[in-house]
Amino acid sequence: MSLQTPCCIPTARACSCDCATQSEVEGQHTSVSRINTLAFSAGLCINCGMCVAVCPHAVFAPGDGIIRVVQPDRCMECGACERNCPAGALLVDSGVGCAAAMISAALRGLDEPTCGCEGDAACC
Amino acid sequence: MSTCCGSVSPSNRPHALCSAEIRRITGVLTLADRWDHIKARWGHRRSDHRVAPGLYALGDPTPDSPVFVTANYTLSFDALRTAVNGVDGYILVLDTRGVNVWCAAGKGTFGTDEIVNRVQAAALSQVVSHRDLILPQLGAPGVAAHEVKRRTGFRVVYGPVRAEDLPAYLRQGEASPEMRRIRFTIRDRAALVPVELVHVALPMVIAAAVLFLLRGPVAAVAALVAVLAGAGLFPLLLPWIPTTDFSSKGFILGAVVVLPFAAGELLGDATASQRVGDALALALALPPVTAYLALNFTGATTFTSKTGVAREMATYIRPMAWLFGTGTLVWLVTTILRWLDIA
Repeated sequence: MSLQTPCCIPTARACSCDCATQSEVEGQHTSVSRINTLAFSAGLCINCGMCVAVCPHAVFAPGDGIIRVVQPDRCMECGACERNCPAGALLVDSGVGCAAAMISAALRGLDEPTCGCEGDAACC
Repeated sequence: MSTCCGSVSPSNRPHALCSAEIRRITGVLTLADRWDHIKARWGHRRSDHRVAPGLYALGDPTPDSPVFVTANYTLSFDALRTAVNGVDGYILVLDTRGVNVWCAAGKGTFGTDEIVNRVQAAALSQVVSHRDLILPQLGAPGVAAHEVKRRTGFRVVYGPVRAEDLPAYLRQGEASPEMRRIRFTIRDRAALVPVELVHVALPMVIAAAVLFLLRGPVAAVAALVAVLAGAGLFPLLLPWIPTTDFSSKGFILGAVVVLPFAAGELLGDATASQRVGDALALALALPPVTAYLALNFTGATTFTSKTGVAREMATYIRPMAWLFGTGTLVWLVTTILRWLDIA
């Protein structure tokens, strides 16, 4: 998703992660499905349960110490878990699972398809 | 939108003086609301179904009453206020430019920044004594709960996926796993059919008219049926058509509805080569049209992923184009031969 709010603003003292370690953090994530881009870092998980709450497809379940990724193939890459994980334990290449938006983006030469809900015909 | 607080910092004003900036709303729909919903479902002026953003009072709320957050799309706002009809509470409407919660969350307009701005603009910390915001679960792709907490002091609590589960959620104090799952029932899918039909109406009518003039009623009706199957029947039958991906489901549905017409052409009273040509043209060109419309339905569903759809497009777009092109070519050739009176 292109609308990422950076969690690492150098001036924000309350910030839980910093820019220098972002790439190292990504290195710890392992892919959990062969049909989507969901990746999880067991080492970073703080078992807060936010992913369990936000996922509309029950991909995650409460676990002992860390959450369990129980149905990874159901992930629709909406990005809710990554956005709401305060520990950065989840990564997913999120976007719209919408052929109409992708075709429209390809025709208009855009990189990232979005729903053309404003005045446009194609909308997801 | 002017408020009683105007440019004066809300923190300088006691709550009572600011009450004018809180609009009153009921949990009951008027006839005008219902008419607006019908128009929204048919895609009529689709960006005009908006509610003014800001804070609303539902019933007779007190500082202890819950705060619900929603989008400024009439269908979203009305689903919320009717679901919690009878509850005294506040509704904080974000400016999502008339887009529903889920789509707006994907775009980021139902997002962290907008919540932070609206909470501050409404001086919510002076309106309520608690620090909880109840968000629809499907707003989560745009909102980082921990960021909202850090920037406003308000804790984001994700309610159920569907507004209709809110009364049970409020009673239980938490969402059950069942409330957290998104469903895509035949009712949900049927609600999408009107707008799908509106999207295809104009090209469908033009194509059918051209086919009718050039080729007669069978070809015209076959084209209509292929398009209506893709836009209207496919959403309804989605889970029951065999195979898992949308394109092959669409091919199957398209073949089933077009074959009777191809058979009709085959049994017609033209010459053998004309009949075979006509039948072949329909059988080749029309199922990919249904399949293409089926593929385009991916974005309207509740479960397709970007990776999955990209993979499906890479597999099926080319065969669709080839079949459609070949069918059209067969049709052109038989038409020309017919005009030249050769076949």
